[in-house]
Amino acid sequence: MQWETVIGLEVHTQLTTQSKIFSGASIAFGAAPNTQACQVDLALPGVLPVLNKGAVERAIKFGLAIGARLNRTNVFARKNYFYPDLPKGYQISQFELPIVEGGSIDIQVGEGDKAETKTIRLTRAHLEEDAGKSLHEDFHGMTGIDLNRAGTPLLEIVSEPDMRSAKEAVAYAKALHTLVTWIGTCDGNMQEGSFRVDANVSVRPVGQKEFGTRREIKNLNSFRFLEQAINYEVRWQIEQIEDGHKIQQATVLFDPDTGETRMMRSKEDAHDYRYFPDPDLLPVKLDEAWIDQVRAGLPELPGAMRERFQRDYGLTAYDAASLTSQREMARFFMDTVALAGDGQAKTVANWLQGEVSASLNRAEKDVSAIPITPGQLAGLVKRIADGTLSNKLAKQVFEAMWNEGGEPDAIIEAKGLKQMSDSGEIERIIDEVMAANAKSVEEFRSGKEKAFNALVGQVMKASRGKANPAQVNDLLRAKLNGGA
Amino acid sequence: MNTIQSLSQLLAAGQASSVELCQDYLARIQTRNPELNAFITVDPERTLAEARAADARRAAGQAGMLTGVPIAHKDIFCAEGWLTTCGSKMLSNFVSPYDAHVIEQFKAAGMPCLGKTNMDEFAMGSSNETSFYGPVKNPWDTSRVPGGSSGGSAACVAGGLAPAATGTDTGGSIRQPAALTGITGLKPTYGVVSRYGMIAFASSLDQGGPMARTAEDCALLLNVMAGFDPRDSTSLERAKEDYTRELTPTPGARPLAGLKIGLPREFFAEGMSADTARAVEDAIAQLKGLGAETVEVGLPNSRLSVAAYYVLAPAEASSNLSRFDGVRYGYRTPEYEDLTDMYEKTRAEGFGAEVKRRIMIGTYVLSHGYYDAYYIQAQRLRRLIADDFTEAFKSCDVILGPTAPSTAFKLGEKADDPVQMYLSDIYTIAVNLAGLPGMSLPCGFDGQGLPIGMQLIGNYFSEAKMLGVAHQYQLATDWHQHRPALSEEKGVRS
Repeated sequence: MQWETVIGLEVHTQLTTQSKIFSGASIAFGAAPNTQACQVDLALPGVLPVLNKGAVERAIKFGLAIGARLNRTNVFARKNYFYPDLPKGYQISQFELPIVEGGSIDIQVGEGDKAETKTIRLTRAHLEEDAGKSLHEDFHGMTGIDLNRAGTPLLEIVSEPDMRSAKEAVAYAKALHTLVTWIGTCDGNMQEGSFRVDANVSVRPVGQKEFGTRREIKNLNSFRFLEQAINYEVRWQIEQIEDGHKIQQATVLFDPDTGETRMMRSKEDAHDYRYFPDPDLLPVKLDEAWIDQVRAGLPELPGAMRERFQRDYGLTAYDAASLTSQREMARFFMDTVALAGDGQAKTVANWLQGEVSASLNRAEKDVSAIPITPGQLAGLVKRIADGTLSNKLAKQVFEAMWNEGGEPDAIIEAKGLKQMSDSGEIERIIDEVMAANAKSVEEFRSGKEKAFNALVGQVMKASRGKANPAQVNDLLRAKLNGGA
Repeated sequence: MNTIQSLSQLLAAGQASSVELCQDYLARIQTRNPELNAFITVDPERTLAEARAADARRAAGQAGMLTGVPIAHKDIFCAEGWLTTCGSKMLSNFVSPYDAHVIEQFKAAGMPCLGKTNMDEFAMGSSNETSFYGPVKNPWDTSRVPGGSSGGSAACVAGGLAPAATGTDTGGSIRQPAALTGITGLKPTYGVVSRYGMIAFASSLDQGGPMARTAEDCALLLNVMAGFDPRDSTSLERAKEDYTRELTPTPGARPLAGLKIGLPREFFAEGMSADTARAVEDAIAQLKGLGAETVEVGLPNSRLSVAAYYVLAPAEASSNLSRFDGVRYGYRTPEYEDLTDMYEKTRAEGFGAEVKRRIMIGTYVLSHGYYDAYYIQAQRLRRLIADDFTEAFKSCDVILGPTAPSTAFKLGEKADDPVQMYLSDIYTIAVNLAGLPGMSLPCGFDGQGLPIGMQLIGNYFSEAKMLGVAHQYQLATDWHQHRPALSEEKGVRS
């Protein structure tokens, strides 16, 4: 039987506010346990929550960025359950009336020139507070509680079950990651837990309309684990069904060491959260002036920028998508093109996706850590365009720029890397080479095309790589065909 | 009679110091509290330190009107350095590291704290019998209850152990004990007094307020307590009011001329004891004599208020009390197997029977499949009840009725019958559901010499008007000046 995978994601994005969603305590990462938990976070008797407007503003920003409906009145509710790192015994979240509903995000499916755009619909995004952390190591037979994280503002972003493969799920998660970091609502740091993914996965026979029973994989904190976990889970579910078992609704955890998912709790153990509107907080009202103000502060979004790059610079969909996967990269591209000229856009794009990305990967750094400036890259590209540098020489200049710094012209001068474009000089070398390689000349003239390449190689070698290869080709061919 | 107002004059005239006043009250607490059990915590050193600071402030010429006048606080208000138990074993070891907004306000006014008063556990009760610290006795008859949940505050004021006290009112917890002990108590409009630091019972209903001898004292105390607090999102951002502003209206024989008093026919229909009915009728006649007119009004949905309340209040309470889990502070069972066992034993041992009953009711009505039938339905009723009042206030300025169906009942009399106990608040609960201000003031005695209270209900933010009416009534009557035999004022300067 042929199976179809159905995936929906719930992503917890930590918002970039200074303080917590309902208290004034800091949310900075890495502080000593319980040093960033004030009396509100500790849920002392009598304390009350006060909503951080900055969190609401970020949710509005996200809603606008995905073209969603913003609920002008939205409501905080209490989600009741007992856990040691949940100090109030309930989490303040949004249930019936979330701040954001609907909207969509486009992803690129497939690679290279076969890339296609697919639209993933979003169900909702709601504001909520994070819980604290339970620490089981270092406490023999006991559990330590760190409430620094308790009350950290989160925007939980829930998609429709629109993805059909682990690759699509990863593409969506990456597109979402790009968007939230792009608009600055989340720092996207997955190691620190700022962007955590839960995947709802089910399978069904191809052609069947109804969804299969889903299992939810909790707390995936890398794109690689997301892909591995879904692939394992899909295989597992198909095996179960083909072995005659039914899938039971459950929450599972992914173990990166074994690459397997294992059950955390079944539907029978599911909590009744007894949601009800939090009487300590008034319904949140969004007025049009506030929404307009947030809209005015939105940067050009990756989707719009991608289209603009294709339209204005003639880039392929793949190049445009790749350059807009991070705001810093897009900004670097635009700044470089502005200095090098629009005609150089394609060359700039190639350099950014080629040498620049490769160098960053080797150094395990991200775009914000590029050691060269757009001005330097533009200078390099100009020297390629005006024939001063061959691609090969340009790579040498780039390496020097990257490792030692300096402007391209200065490096070309200092290292003598200028391309030889003086035809008299090149002709002189060709004459020498032809004289010294009479056998090859003879072979070419008797019809062995291969011999031509050997001669070109000798000329390039004699020029120590600096001769303009196109000129060498033309001049050599002319001389060979023109007799002596 | 020692009112806040008279003590303030003594202090201003230099006839007594705050230290002397506090010493007198502390001495009386020492003598009488063993019988009344009105206080959970008394800390003379702390009180006297505050009194000395108040005297120093006066000496420096920086005293406010109430600086140096002592007050007792219900043990529901967190007060820094004070044991703050909320009447529960669960918090029997909880020393608050911070001050409630209300406590801050009284500290800023320079009013020393005489102690923390006894109360029904987590304010759940109408007799002060659910306290972990034992029942409070009514100073008028120590075999009887003082009402609840602010029973300790009511008894200490009625018994002369404090000139005034703070209370909180979720369904009648200021007004009903005020009525049963013959004092004056006011529950403000929801949102007038910050709930920050006031341990939550039912957040959408809880409201702090003053309990004292007179309406005038209540007005002075409300001036201290009320005001916007950004730490409470339900606190109302309004300009500061002077709640004493209507205490001296146009002089003359008919000071209440033009006032329309609404009499809800439902309040006078049934359920009231004969003595209460007679005393309230007499009060109406008296108010008419002062120039007021009466009009009949209808509150047709008020009969549903007890039912709606006992869905909504427990629902909120079941969630509010979840933080008492033995993890971070408060009581934790000494021995347990694992986390679940720790939770279960801690909460089974830390909470009393009434609290557990309400947590279970609340958990039930919020459960999947029951939420719409109970919680949502009760919210609809709440709206209808509030609409009734809005309609009634189109034809009157204040509403008048009894505070409680009967006078103080015997200890243990209703302790095993929760429904009878819940009906003690039948006249007060609707006011909380609507978020309106209400007050109780003494209007007579029954055949056994027990005080009877009448209730005034005002429109939103009409505390000053309501206090003005009560003040005129108290100028014309002396019910509020009667004192139980127990509390002769030997040793108190007056």
